[in-house]
Amino acid sequence: MIELDETDRALLRALAEDATQGAGALGRRFGLSQPATWRRIRRLQDSGAIAGRRLDLDAAKLGFGVTVFLGVKLATKGRISLEDFERAVSAIPEVQTVEHVLGMYDYRLRVTARDIPDFERVLRRRIMTLPGVGNVDANVLLSEERRPGPL
Amino acid sequence: MYFSKFSLFSFVTIQNIEMFMLDDLDRRILRHLQADPAQSIPDLADRLTLTASRLTRRIEKLRDAGVLRGQRAVIDWQALGYAVEVSLRITLDKTQPRAFDEFINAARGIAEVLEIQTFLGQVDVRLSVIARDMAHYLDVYRDRILTLPHVADIEALMHVARIKTDESLPL
Repeated sequence: MIELDETDRALLRALAEDATQGAGALGRRFGLSQPATWRRIRRLQDSGAIAGRRLDLDAAKLGFGVTVFLGVKLATKGRISLEDFERAVSAIPEVQTVEHVLGMYDYRLRVTARDIPDFERVLRRRIMTLPGVGNVDANVLLSEERRPGPL
Repeated sequence: MYFSKFSLFSFVTIQNIEMFMLDDLDRRILRHLQADPAQSIPDLADRLTLTASRLTRRIEKLRDAGVLRGQRAVIDWQALGYAVEVSLRITLDKTQPRAFDEFINAARGIAEVLEIQTFLGQVDVRLSVIARDMAHYLDVYRDRILTLPHVADIEALMHVARIKTDESLPL
């Protein structure tokens, strides 16, 4: 586990907002030299604190107007392997995230679609036909806000 | 199966959002960038057999249209010592007219909350909450979450593993 000081936290916050900022610009903003900033960013990457980058696209403008979260309960636990389900569900392009959870459901899926009929197609043809799928519960996303977290 | 909930779909009005028409080249650029956002313009131009200046113009066009909003660093909270992640599915007391606004405003004040999502369906709001360990989670849950306004019901899902995380759009 990596220990962070105040400057590391400020750098993480800034990069989570905009990952394309260079060490020079960030250094000027936080009163560090460019090499010192670069070393800190490098350390955050090497330690795994920064796992990578994500492209921030406006899904609605690209025609993906609907996001649905599905809670999936497996019907026949033990008989089908979790790996089979995970491999099959991860291969569906409209499924953006797959999380294995404990509680009312076994898996939580984030599904993107162009509209409700498109979502229904994905649900019926791709999700409901997955090996071992039992109960499925759907919630349509209305709004989403990502917070900076405890930095 | 809870298909009864899909009857709610008739109430979803899809907002009138101006859609951006991608051509094949835009789509190829975005696909490559989604797969590896950190790659340099010259590398990407090589891969797409474009000149760097043509690629730059295309990317600027996507940026100006608001399609490409930027790039964000993905923070691995586990690497920062936050071993616990819980999804809290919350039903609000909708007899209170300002329940959503007041709940969300209060939730924004909790540092351990990473995501606030509102839904149409059985669940009203979902909070993604992280904590260093179970003892820390219980503190956050008892002192901060349970004191949020207008909560009617809370259901918790504990994260075990992330199987797919890329959040790519199927362009």
